[in-house]
Amino acid sequence: MDQTTLKENKIKNTASGEERESDLHIEYTTLNLGPTHPATHGIFQNILTMDGEIVVDSEQTCGYIHRAFEKIAERRPYYQITTLTDRLNYCSSPINNIGWHMTVEKLIGVDIPKRAQYMRVIIMEFARISDHLVCNAVIGVDTGALTGFTYLFQWREKIYDIFEHICGARLTTNIGRIGGLERDFSPEVYKKINEFLADFPKIFKEFSTLLERNRIFFDRTNKTGPITAERALNYGFTGPNLRAAGVDYDVRVANPYSSYEDFDFQIPIGVNGDTYDRFMVRQAEIHESLKIIRQALDNMPQGKYFADVPEFYLPPKEDVYNNMEALIWHFKIVMGESDVPKGEVYHAVEGGNGELGFYLVSDGGRTPYKLHFRRPCFIFYQAYPEMIRGGMLSDAIVTLSSLNVIAGELDA
Amino acid sequence: MAGITNEFLLERLQQQFGEKIKAAEETFGIVSVVIEPDSILDIVKWLNTDNILKFKFLTDICGSHYPDLTGQEICAVYHVQSMENNVRLRLKAFMPVSNPQIPSLTSLYSSANWMERETYDFYGINFIGHPNLKRILNVDEMDYFPLRKEFPLEDATRTDKEDQYFGR
Repeated sequence: MDQTTLKENKIKNTASGEERESDLHIEYTTLNLGPTHPATHGIFQNILTMDGEIVVDSEQTCGYIHRAFEKIAERRPYYQITTLTDRLNYCSSPINNIGWHMTVEKLIGVDIPKRAQYMRVIIMEFARISDHLVCNAVIGVDTGALTGFTYLFQWREKIYDIFEHICGARLTTNIGRIGGLERDFSPEVYKKINEFLADFPKIFKEFSTLLERNRIFFDRTNKTGPITAERALNYGFTGPNLRAAGVDYDVRVANPYSSYEDFDFQIPIGVNGDTYDRFMVRQAEIHESLKIIRQALDNMPQGKYFADVPEFYLPPKEDVYNNMEALIWHFKIVMGESDVPKGEVYHAVEGGNGELGFYLVSDGGRTPYKLHFRRPCFIFYQAYPEMIRGGMLSDAIVTLSSLNVIAGELDA
Repeated sequence: MAGITNEFLLERLQQQFGEKIKAAEETFGIVSVVIEPDSILDIVKWLNTDNILKFKFLTDICGSHYPDLTGQEICAVYHVQSMENNVRLRLKAFMPVSNPQIPSLTSLYSSANWMERETYDFYGINFIGHPNLKRILNVDEMDYFPLRKEFPLEDATRTDKEDQYFGR
């Protein structure tokens, strides 16, 4: 009996669990996976019911690092909420930051100069690459290939070097401002980006050769943790996990923001929605992101890197010291006294793991009246028991890392 | 990508449900309609099965609290979207804070399970028909609903910080 039929039998058995239990006197074992465990890559707990080495059911608990961001946001001026978004999906903070800026810009109705939009696209695509790199390298680790992980992590560091030169921070970046970016890219940034674009594809090719057609890796990941397109949509999947199931939904294409309509790129999709497809979709997306970055660099428009919104965009420091008006604006912004219109905004960006949405209700006050983050991880993680049911425990681990559930985003 | 306009969407919705759509507006590109809490399941189901609209994706559920609206303090906010037509829709249902209850969408969307648990956790909305309505992010022992407006974030006994300058 090959493994697939065995699995199918098991699923049938669990569906009619009661009868089988009384017939064969099967005893299930309860196994506690997490909350802190090297294989969970974050703080979440799964209480697994096991039949030998086969997962019968799983019960998830989450909330271990819940930090009440939605409550805190109700007391903070708009610009101070950027630091909260950093800590959602901390593998790709710049996307969260810029998504938040764009939500506020939508509310106050600012047109961002093309140059700033292109710069944002470059930053967001680098963030996407770093996010996908970590995820794919970790799938390698969980299947027993540590080399790829240590090799690629250097390149994530190089992306963080670029962020450091753009904004001064590496992991929780707080990048950009409402109304644009805090400063223009320095020559050093361009140098680092060009170095990365020249060297990274070679390294990435090596990583791809190591895993993509590796027999052991393929056998471990193919058909593990599969989900059909229909179930994935029903479970609210978005991002690479949905595309691996074969649905070509990408917020960057469906509702383009920040000039994504200017760029020529493909939406890679998978077929089976299993771990291998999720891995391959992320691999392909890294190539697409590199393509977008190259196009943005080649066609970088001239102009300003911030919009003319003095009530939200901090003036340059020398103006604050020498110019009365700039001092007033500076004070008003820092104290959070800029007026915002009333309204309800929903803005979505394509985060590292899917559609990251911001639902913002403003009553005209200095802080949001209500802010809700649509966190893709929180929504698709509930499909996990269905995906691992009937599979081996080691498959459950690989499935978890291929879903790329980030604890910060799960718990907000 | 083929799309339908917001006007068409609203017209079709009003044609189908008429009285049940209590108010409608378009905010920042998304049609936002206010509905009776009881009709949420019918409307979402119809949106899902309608051959033209094809709203087959539940994007998000969250709550909101408006203490000033007497008798309809708690609001459940639903975002649904039609990927094929590339259009989004927001549904809002207002309920009294004394007994906020609304039918659950879990029979239609598996994704509603945790979204509704989260909304229950923070606003205490009772989703009728939910298979496992318990807290998800907060501790189980918690006996209040923390995102309601009566819970200030800062110590309410402080007098040195005035709301006028430091927010609500």
